[in-house]
Amino acid sequence: MPELGRAALIVCLGLAVYAVGAGSYAAWRRRGRLAESAENAILASFAAALVASVVLLSALLQHDFGFVYVYEHSSLELPQAYTISAFWGGQEGSLLLWLLILTGFSTAAVLLARRSSRSLLAWTVPVLGAVIVFFSLLLVAVSSPFATQPAPADGLGLNPSLQNPYMLAHPPMLYLGFVGLTIPFAFAMGALIARRTDELWIVVTRRWTLIAWTFLGFGQLLGAHWAYVEVGWGGYFAWDPVENAALMPWLAATAFLHSVMIQEKRGMLKIWNVLLVVGAFALALFGTFLTRSGILSSIHSFTEGSIGPWFLGFIGVVVAGSAALIVSRLPLLRAKTKLESPVSREATFLYNNLLLVAFCLTILWGVVYPILTEALRGEPVTVGPPYYNFFLKAFGLPLLLLMGIGPLIAWRRASLRGLGRTFLWPLGIAVAAGLVLLALGAGSSIPGLVGYTFCAFVLASIALEFARGTRARRALSGGSWFGGLAELVSRNRRRYGGYVVHASIVLLAVGVIGSSAYDTTREQRLGPGQSMAVGDYTLTYRGATRERGVNAMETRALVDVERGGERLGTMRPGKNNYFAEQQVSNEAAIRSDRLNGEDLFLIAEQIERDGVFLKVLVKPLVNLIWIAGFVFLGGALIALWPDAREQRRLALRYGGREALSRA
Amino acid sequence: MSVELVLGGLLAAAVVVFVAVPFLRAGEAPQPDEPAPDALAAAEARDRALAELKELEFDHRTGKITDEDYRALVQPLRRRAASTLSNGATLSGRTPEHAPEQHFSDV
Repeated sequence: MPELGRAALIVCLGLAVYAVGAGSYAAWRRRGRLAESAENAILASFAAALVASVVLLSALLQHDFGFVYVYEHSSLELPQAYTISAFWGGQEGSLLLWLLILTGFSTAAVLLARRSSRSLLAWTVPVLGAVIVFFSLLLVAVSSPFATQPAPADGLGLNPSLQNPYMLAHPPMLYLGFVGLTIPFAFAMGALIARRTDELWIVVTRRWTLIAWTFLGFGQLLGAHWAYVEVGWGGYFAWDPVENAALMPWLAATAFLHSVMIQEKRGMLKIWNVLLVVGAFALALFGTFLTRSGILSSIHSFTEGSIGPWFLGFIGVVVAGSAALIVSRLPLLRAKTKLESPVSREATFLYNNLLLVAFCLTILWGVVYPILTEALRGEPVTVGPPYYNFFLKAFGLPLLLLMGIGPLIAWRRASLRGLGRTFLWPLGIAVAAGLVLLALGAGSSIPGLVGYTFCAFVLASIALEFARGTRARRALSGGSWFGGLAELVSRNRRRYGGYVVHASIVLLAVGVIGSSAYDTTREQRLGPGQSMAVGDYTLTYRGATRERGVNAMETRALVDVERGGERLGTMRPGKNNYFAEQQVSNEAAIRSDRLNGEDLFLIAEQIERDGVFLKVLVKPLVNLIWIAGFVFLGGALIALWPDAREQRRLALRYGGREALSRA
Repeated sequence: MSVELVLGGLLAAAVVVFVAVPFLRAGEAPQPDEPAPDALAAAEARDRALAELKELEFDHRTGKITDEDYRALVQPLRRRAASTLSNGATLSGRTPEHAPEQHFSDV
């Protein structure tokens, strides 16, 4: 069925070109029917992308090696789940996934915003169409997933690193995040082109940004867990360029989600917010470029393609076009109000934004610098973890502190007396926690001790916010503590959902600090019956096994584990030798302690007939990182949940259209 | 003629019809929704003033603002909120008595 797939992509391209042309003319000449027709073209482009995706997926499931893509990324022995994930395992398939999600999100955005404000949607449709044109053009002319060949008997298989359950969810999740940032960008550009001075675009897009940001954040944590359990080096984040590529747009979107509140509440930072929306989208494109262009070496960069110059050109057009538009609309974007005090809630948001953007830019420089040095000097200069870790501490610790300070300060301005009253408890708890940790030996890492003290401060400040808010709510409407809390959260979902997200960041920080500042690593060669001690654990090597798996030969070292004289079981680190792919992968063995969140992590670096080279890591509190992912998701869902009161307010403001609230 | 060719043709025909639907429909063409900028600006100013008042009340109740600070801040905000309410009501055609009720019920 390759012809059907190709035809569907050509139809998608044609529809997107029509959406740009007809949509622009309709918006310019105010032609209602033509505008609706352009919107329909966006909806139809989703159907076309869906047909193309179904063709590729069915070719994968039928092992139709006549498709070059199917031959290069799957094999007869590949388990069915990974045959499905091979859809996004290569460049062409992942671009098709981009297009599918892009047209799907665009369709949802058009349908939801259709009745709320056609004048805003009018110029948004051509912008969405232009992005769809770029991706469908790439798939039609540059990197087609429907190239054919005489069918070989078997395929080359899938990269072993991608043969992991996390790969079923992690890439689509990241793509949902990357692509989701297109929608706020399109609405922002649409509003600027239409010279809209009101904040309707902010109302419409903040929820889209929150959705994209949630997917991107959760997707990164899934990726970190994949790296932890699959790549087999004992870590979860290595400041790899592709990991950074996902982090940068997330940081920009995080800054936007905070600064947009200042625009809503005080009418300030309009230019800044537009810049953040454009920046987040451009960084999402840059991330896809890094992953798919093959311009740099990364464990996550699974393909080397010819699409790099196309992406660079498109990023250039997006940045230059957006910059020109913003400059031309500067008079409309100037704020009429100003910051009243450097000690206020909005000021802390501003500081938070400056730190987030500074951190994002330092990461960007670390990613771009090797590319630039290679282009200019002929050899790349590697920027390693020490560079990023320095800036993580320099910007991350103040950001952590601001998460605790922000909620305690009032809007507009705060007096010293008021500050003293609200800071008393969180500061006291933080100092007490720091002293207790120092007594327990946490002083072996000063950044770790400072980080934990800040974490205690933030958690105390969040708990205090919930307690004081619930008390105030009960004073107004009575009822139980639980009822007061539920009412408090349901009346201020964005605020309290945000606090839950802050709590998840604290959990993440506790896990990261524990597993990086207080971890233990030991490497040793063990013969059969020999033991080694690491932390509280005693490990004894018993021998090796070799078994044929579904699509790989699996070699495992058998290691007995004891702690305090109690036998905890046998761990089996080893290696898989994949038949079709002709590659070897490290298969780490991990034992998690649910009581203290600690992991015992074993890597069999080399298994020989008479022994094993074993690398052992003890990682305290590392499991809090994964728990943080679920807390993050819970907080994001609270913030995203529709609020009937807000819907009523917005309907009243924008002319009684109930549909607006759903946008 | 292959099945794929037919399916591709059907897809193309279906999307052409779908895109052309607005031109085939009888009746008035849908008009772009053009909000009056002044009324919208007034509505946003009104909502912002009311939200600030609400935040101030909440910050005071939760102890973030002292009684002294509250007294200094609340009067100017109330005046501004009242002024934006009457201004917004004039521009939107609603009675000034009606709009505040709807807002304060949410605050």
